Amino acid sequence: MANFLEGLYYSESHEYVRVEGEFGYIGISDYAQHALGNVVYVDMPEVDDEVTAGEEFGAVESVKAASDLIAPVSGTVVEINEALEDEPELLNKDAFANWIIKVQLSDPSELDALMDVEAYKAHCEA
Amino acid sequence: MNRTLYGNLIFELSKKGRRGYSLPQDYDRTHTTAELPEALRRKEAARLPECDELTVVRHYTNLSHNNFGVNDGFYPLGSCTMKYNPVINEEIAAMKAFAGLHPLQPAETCQGALEVYFNLQQSLAELAGLSEFTLNPCAGAHGELTGLMVIRAYHESQGATSRTKVLIPDSAHGTNPASAAVCGLEVVEVKSLPDGTVDVDHLRELLAEMGDQVAAMMMTNPNTLGIFEPRVLEITEMVHKAGGLMYYDGANLNALLGECRPGDMGFDVMHINLHKTFSTPHGGGGPGSGPVGVRKGLEQFLPYPRVKMREAAPLSSPEGDTTPVFSIDWGNEAPSGAVGGASTPSTISVGSFFGNFGVMLKAYAYILSLGHENVKMVGPLATLNANYIKERLRDDYLLPISGLCKHEVVFDGLVDKNTGVTTMDVAKRLLDYGYHAPTIYFPLLFHESLMIEPTENESKETIDSFIDVMHKIAAEAKSDPELVKTAPHNTPIGRVDDVLAAKQPVTTYWKTLP
Repeated sequence: MANFLEGLYYSESHEYVRVEGEFGYIGISDYAQHALGNVVYVDMPEVDDEVTAGEEFGAVESVKAASDLIAPVSGTVVEINEALEDEPELLNKDAFANWIIKVQLSDPSELDALMDVEAYKAHCEA
Repeated sequence: MNRTLYGNLIFELSKKGRRGYSLPQDYDRTHTTAELPEALRRKEAARLPECDELTVVRHYTNLSHNNFGVNDGFYPLGSCTMKYNPVINEEIAAMKAFAGLHPLQPAETCQGALEVYFNLQQSLAELAGLSEFTLNPCAGAHGELTGLMVIRAYHESQGATSRTKVLIPDSAHGTNPASAAVCGLEVVEVKSLPDGTVDVDHLRELLAEMGDQVAAMMMTNPNTLGIFEPRVLEITEMVHKAGGLMYYDGANLNALLGECRPGDMGFDVMHINLHKTFSTPHGGGGPGSGPVGVRKGLEQFLPYPRVKMREAAPLSSPEGDTTPVFSIDWGNEAPSGAVGGASTPSTISVGSFFGNFGVMLKAYAYILSLGHENVKMVGPLATLNANYIKERLRDDYLLPISGLCKHEVVFDGLVDKNTGVTTMDVAKRLLDYGYHAPTIYFPLLFHESLMIEPTENESKETIDSFIDVMHKIAAEAKSDPELVKTAPHNTPIGRVDDVLAAKQPVTTYWKTLP
């Protein structure tokens, strides 16, 4: 069964943001990695790229499907998780520990539009 | 047959110096590679396998036995319409008078072929409720791209260059957004309702927000869940009102054939997959074909070359009886050496010559062998078969959307989720019983999609035996889940490692060479 982690912000398209100060770590939820199955490739933006809330910033490819990654918040990419380039399966091992990009949040108020863990859990069960 | 030996790659069977035939030492070397310019000559010998003829024959016979096609058994691959390819189609296409044609020969020497092209596009126009078709696109996705190019050309002719957005339901075939992107257009996703149909309220919001930027909406109807879109008339009207055109993805046309027509639903442009709805082969026996049709008023945007017909009085009929005369209009893209009719301005060309003519012959033969009356039975029988399977399997397989489906039915895996047996496992186990697997993990709306499309071809006996096997697999999932999870067991190759294949694909054979 999928894991739901408290203290994160979740989007309807199954990305999460873990906020640390002015930075946000963006990844996909455990529910999403379960649904995708074995992940074989993660397409990530480059450092200094801008991401916009609601718009695509990359893609995750599994043996079942390729899915766009939708940015839950806007900001500038300050770091990407390079380990995923060689080991995309890290997302299957622990989706919450293995974030995909780290962004400098440009508008923290966007977080208000995202779901907390309870709301997200209900969204997944719907 | 010794599959272990002959199932090796031909390069692994190679032995240095082994030959099928020996040429005499003094054979006539009139032409040698020395005649070629230096730059075109190989620097090293081609690494070809060296085998005796019998080994080659056994190797390829073994490969052919490993193949599975519609001629081998039931092939319920959803969304693909794996119809039987009637033998008469092949015989017509192989006729010397057709197979020996050259695309540049003068129109007066290939009137029959031009007549087939012309009549097929007219037949498709009638079946689709549209005005005119081009048969030139070589595949379904090529047709999508061509159709979107037509739409873009139309908007440009209206001065509406800001119309660059294409609305596409989230349940669409992946080719829809891909074609739009290749055409330089921007994809905007339209949400689905829980029952899988288009969320008309969301569409309304999108049109209110960006209606003046919308080039078109692409739709598949019935949609990828095999459900007829009940509000299609409302949808086409909304998009038209906003100034956009409606594109019909013909992938699922088989469900409607003879019952209703995309043109009557308000669609402006569409493609048809001849290799689905019109019984021509999917690869192997011949390439695909994706004719594109348009409603009245858009004909001028279709690509060249085109086949034109005019009535003319032949010399042998001085009384004034006319017969049709066919000519080729190359537009302004006439290839050198082309002998054709008048040149007119063209904006679009989508490939060389007329596309895959052999495929057109097969589709035309299919339409003529069914005739006006029988073609009306295609959609209803395909729908009946899919609904029969749906009703008989819903006790063991989870049916997420009940109610009538069209030509295909989508289950969301097994009803019993406690066995750990997935859709992938069920599909693999089906191979053990001699069936091709259904489409799996598409559409993406469900996690365990299992999409079955029987087509109208199958007998009740075939469908019943498939249903029995599906029930048997559901029972195995409970009694012996390991058996299903490790399937297939009776095929030359067992369960393949999808992850490794995706991450480290080995796509050359060089490493097998000494």
